[in-house]
Amino acid sequence: MAENISYDPNCLPDLLPIYYKRLFPYSLYYKWLHYGGVPKTYFSHREFSFTLKDDVYLRYQSFSDQQELEKEIQKRCPYKIDIGAIFSHRPKDHKTVKAAAFQALEKELVFDIDMTDYDDVRFCCSGAEICLKCWSLMQFAIKILDRALREDFGFHHILWVYSGRRGVHCWVCDPDVRKRLQQKGRTAVAEYLNIIRGGENMTKKVNLWEGSIHPSIQKAIEIVRDGFEQYAVDKQDFLGSDAKMKKVLALISDDSVRRTVEDDFKHVKTSRERWQVLQDRVKQVTSKGEGRKCACVIEEIMLQYCYPRLDINVSKGLNHLLKSPFCVHPKTGH
Amino acid sequence: MEIITRRTPRSKKLVDYEAESVHSKLQFYRYPPTGTLSLQEFEDIALERLKVLKAVETVGLRHIKGSEEYRNEMEKVLRSFPGGVARAVCRAKCDPGDVRKDHISHFILRLAYCRMEELRRWFIAQELDLFRFRFQNENKENVKLFLENNNLNYDLVSASEKEDHRSELVACGIQGHLIEFSDIYKVEFYDVLDLIQRRKVYVSRGFAYVPHIDLVTLVLSEFRSQLSHALTIASRALPNLEEDNRLLPMLASMSKSYLGQDYGKKTSVGQITADMIEMLSRTSFPMCMQELHQNLRQHHHLRHWGRQQYGLFLKGIGLSLEEALKFWRSEFTKMMDGDKFDKQYTYNIRHNYGKEGKRADYTPYSCVKIITTNAPAVGDYHGCPFRHVDVAILRQKLQAKRIPESGVNEIVSLVKGSHYQVACGKYFMLTHNTGHDFSPNHPNEYFDESQKALNGGKDAGASSGGVKLSQPKSSQASQSTPSQKSLSQKNDDQDDLTLDEIDQSMNGIEES
Repeated sequence: MAENISYDPNCLPDLLPIYYKRLFPYSLYYKWLHYGGVPKTYFSHREFSFTLKDDVYLRYQSFSDQQELEKEIQKRCPYKIDIGAIFSHRPKDHKTVKAAAFQALEKELVFDIDMTDYDDVRFCCSGAEICLKCWSLMQFAIKILDRALREDFGFHHILWVYSGRRGVHCWVCDPDVRKRLQQKGRTAVAEYLNIIRGGENMTKKVNLWEGSIHPSIQKAIEIVRDGFEQYAVDKQDFLGSDAKMKKVLALISDDSVRRTVEDDFKHVKTSRERWQVLQDRVKQVTSKGEGRKCACVIEEIMLQYCYPRLDINVSKGLNHLLKSPFCVHPKTGH
Repeated sequence: MEIITRRTPRSKKLVDYEAESVHSKLQFYRYPPTGTLSLQEFEDIALERLKVLKAVETVGLRHIKGSEEYRNEMEKVLRSFPGGVARAVCRAKCDPGDVRKDHISHFILRLAYCRMEELRRWFIAQELDLFRFRFQNENKENVKLFLENNNLNYDLVSASEKEDHRSELVACGIQGHLIEFSDIYKVEFYDVLDLIQRRKVYVSRGFAYVPHIDLVTLVLSEFRSQLSHALTIASRALPNLEEDNRLLPMLASMSKSYLGQDYGKKTSVGQITADMIEMLSRTSFPMCMQELHQNLRQHHHLRHWGRQQYGLFLKGIGLSLEEALKFWRSEFTKMMDGDKFDKQYTYNIRHNYGKEGKRADYTPYSCVKIITTNAPAVGDYHGCPFRHVDVAILRQKLQAKRIPESGVNEIVSLVKGSHYQVACGKYFMLTHNTGHDFSPNHPNEYFDESQKALNGGKDAGASSGGVKLSQPKSSQASQSTPSQKSLSQKNDDQDDLTLDEIDQSMNGIEES
């Protein structure tokens, strides 16, 4: 992550052949996507797509075995490789079969988390930039999702990869997941895991109801709670300025509580003190049985700031392409 | 004139209508009907079921599914039908003849609705809603019998296991003191995807703990998969009916009725050019499209679903492909170079106009679709402003559009009552100074109505061509029959995305 070595995208055409010749782990890669060769067509019906120089984009590539894959990759030296679904026919033959018959049948369940989606809750970077301060968000995301995928859904074969630029990808490879989860199932799992709701016009993106917080969210809260102060207070100083305070205050739906907290904030200076004051105030109000609207506001704030923000459209589609692991990101060289 | 329904060789089992009517009227329609049927009756009962399904759809759009009002309204509407199909689906007592009609009419509509993905989806959605209503009206014995007859066995959670997961089960809505006494089923999460999606059940290690009250979801998921499978088979079998020229035209006309106006087939293509959009957006666009337009202007970019919602709407009002490319290009290239735009975005625009990929001609999104699917995420501006915008922000936006305070309050209270489309209709009335009571079902319908109102009711809507586009002048209410449907709540069963959309999302490659 830290930019120790400067990277010049213009060198890519010179470096890629060496990378693909000497470093790319073909046999492991093939071993993974081959899945033991059951059924035999598993690898050969898989779609790959290559992005070449000048964004020339080749879809529906497919290879019968490791040798062919190696040969093609070395010949084309793709700037980017994407992995798609396993189809009913060899993807490279897709034009020879009827469009209706050519269908995506199986794929890993994938998740894509981009730091860009956290821009309203991180103050160190924006856009595609990342640094050690905001990378904690990815740590939260991985811990939370990994737990849910293993403990709630009982999945075992989970691969987490740095996407190369601004986030992480997750590949869930269990046989049942690949075969049995169709569009509807993928949508259900993705929505289950997605609690940050609402677009640019929705300030408050997490809403919880006391007494009926789903166990999965409960466990996510515990994970966030463990690292929240270290992240939000120490790294982001998330209550350190008027603008930052305003953002947090906007999440308190009860008007009178919000005004009280706003007052409280004036008497203390640091983020740590303010966060403490906020928690104390909410505890005090709710213990008196007032401010029912904000019984879970502390948890809501923590989740809004740290809960993984999924690009769920990537997970929903059976044949959504995702950048392959081990493929160098053309813009960063990572 | 009589026809004989062909018997499929595999399922020779006959349905015993006598027995069915005594025990339970519920069925999965596993076995096709046998026997003779007159053509007249064929048509009559099929049309009756179509009316029933259409009524099911309407009630579902007006009320929250499963609510008290929903059930009462269903009961009322279904009882108002005179025929045997409706009797079989809603009355406790019906004769074997009614059960037969229920059975046969279902199979006829399967034939009529199996031919296209969109028809299949509509048919499955309505049949599932109808089934859910019937299932929930059944008494305990009948439900039990139904489960036995259909070999639906679900594992019950033992008392000790309930105790182990007590706190989690309580958090998922089962009352603590009732846990010992209530039946909880343990099933693979694959069987209750609807409940998973809404985070309604506790899942652990791949198994969902489904309370008795949600049993219907389990049964429905089974029914859905069977029906969907059966429709696929039927669509394959359909060509074998080709020689029978008495049935096919009838089936085709049945599936044509009741799908609502299709805003995809426009005759007014080319009426609107890129430079007219700015002006029209102020006068005649519904608020959702105004939002998208403003944000496109401001950020010179929209994310995928925003481009889809807005782009297809523009196509619907008559923007040609060439003009669409010009429009998007002029905006996007303020932020990126033309080369990047051509590479990343023209494909999708051409795709929407049926010029790429499978060359399907895509239709603009309806209000129901905008409200219930693809809710906006961070960075998104699409969706329905009445559904997806914070009330406080909505209030500001309305005030900025100079809506009088009383009007703003009225809209906000409609929104709080989840009457999003009615709120949009109110917004229409206030911005067009008209008393014309109308709640839109489609953004393009809003546009057409607006043009009509602004043109003094002379033009019969943009869709019929020959539109004179006008600036807002004064208030002139048009006299047309408005449709009154309103979607009062997010539908529980979101439709699956169509294959077309999958095809589209395939084209949106992730940039990571």
